[in-house]
Amino acid sequence: MDYVAIILLQTAISIANLVLISAGLAVIFGMMRVINFAHGEFLMLGGYTAVIATQHGVPLLVSCFILAPVLVGLVGLVVEYLVIRHLYGRLLDTMLASWGVSLILIGLVTVAFGNSVSGISTPFGSLSIGRFSIGFYELFLVAVTLVMVIAGYLVMRYSRVGLIARATMQDRDMAASLGVNQRAVYRATFVTGAALSGLAGALIAPIAGVVPTIGASYLAKCFITVISGGPAIIAGTLSASGLLGGVGGIMTFLATPVLAEVALLAAAVVLLRVLPQGITSKFFRRSQ
Amino acid sequence: MLQLVGVHSGYGQIPILRDISLNVAEGEFVGILGHNGMGKSTLLMTIGGTLPATDGRIEMGGQDITRLPVHRRARMGLGYVKQGRRIFPRLTVRENMQAACLAGGQPLARAEEMIALFPRLAPIAERPGGVLSGGEQQILALARCLCTAPRLVMLDEPTEGIQPSIREEIVEALLMLRDRLRLTMLLVEQNEAFLGALCTRSYCLEKGRLVA
Repeated sequence: MDYVAIILLQTAISIANLVLISAGLAVIFGMMRVINFAHGEFLMLGGYTAVIATQHGVPLLVSCFILAPVLVGLVGLVVEYLVIRHLYGRLLDTMLASWGVSLILIGLVTVAFGNSVSGISTPFGSLSIGRFSIGFYELFLVAVTLVMVIAGYLVMRYSRVGLIARATMQDRDMAASLGVNQRAVYRATFVTGAALSGLAGALIAPIAGVVPTIGASYLAKCFITVISGGPAIIAGTLSASGLLGGVGGIMTFLATPVLAEVALLAAAVVLLRVLPQGITSKFFRRSQ
Repeated sequence: MLQLVGVHSGYGQIPILRDISLNVAEGEFVGILGHNGMGKSTLLMTIGGTLPATDGRIEMGGQDITRLPVHRRARMGLGYVKQGRRIFPRLTVRENMQAACLAGGQPLARAEEMIALFPRLAPIAERPGGVLSGGEQQILALARCLCTAPRLVMLDEPTEGIQPSIREEIVEALLMLRDRLRLTMLLVEQNEAFLGALCTRSYCLEKGRLVA
């Protein structure tokens, strides 16, 4: 019984982690069709913000929920203004340019903080289930992810901003012809995506630690999650994370974390072979 | 209301429109007639701002809009019903119209006023735009455009792919808008009879030039 419970919890944690780290990339890709290769570094910056702020006495939750999203959101604003806005509609160019931004951010952080792992202790202790134990903080992350997804759904489904966002996602030229300022929508989207990445990076810092190059390890997983999810931001991220995170979570427990990563990638390859436009191109097509 | 003086436009290095000059007075319905590939849609795209004018001047209400971005032209009251309707397919009929109200800076209640104005939309208000028939989409596209409270509406081939009974309904709807709302309209069509039923005067577009 405890074996089943721990597998279920591990799977839920694995899925929540994927949703959490992919959300920022999904928002930017879903709205703007821009693949932000600096996404991993936005996560890294969020992590560093949490670690440094906490080391200087700021409560962890304040640094995670306020400092990191605000700071990384501001970085996103600068990157959008200086780089991305000049390249809208040019997918490959934005990928290359944002990759360049990621290299600059890695360089700057390495110069500032060195190339060693920094971290903070994981709060909240652990929960024992039979002969297994699981960190309360990881369960807290599942709850935060759940709240984030529900809030995202409510905003997209019921708010005025969400309605404009959905219209722009479906036909941006038509939305502009009705009076939507595309530039402003894109800027707000990029900043929101960056802030979400900052939040995610800060939240996982106590578990994963931070190092200037940690972004690369996140980017691959986020990228395949978002591409496997397809055009709908929330349903796509949830369904792809559910599938890939489920495979990863179960394999982590049954085999090793390394084999779990391999299984996750293999599942993504099979998924994209069967559904090259992603899950939501075929299923949940009316979802947000 | 709308004036074009010596407007040139095209796609990249390929010129399509040459030296277009026309004017549309307030409350007037003006038609642009032409076959496929003559530049009718290009003309509306240039006025709407989707395609930049390479030369010449476009004025609306006495203000130069030649270099204004698309959304600023829309906010000034330039309504644009594009070819193919361009309905947001996964938004419901009501949401399509509410999105237009928000985009155009109008209260959401305006969507309900438009649903009342076009009774055909009331029973399908909660259906997604993508599943409607061509005729229903055309009426929705027109109603959605009106949600932005435009001073001038540009209609690009409103009868394209529409069955005759709905075509008559669209003519009636446009006549109602002309007579009740005193709307100004620039219509692009291949169907001469359709333009004749609605417009006070028409231009003919041939190979990128206005010939009459």
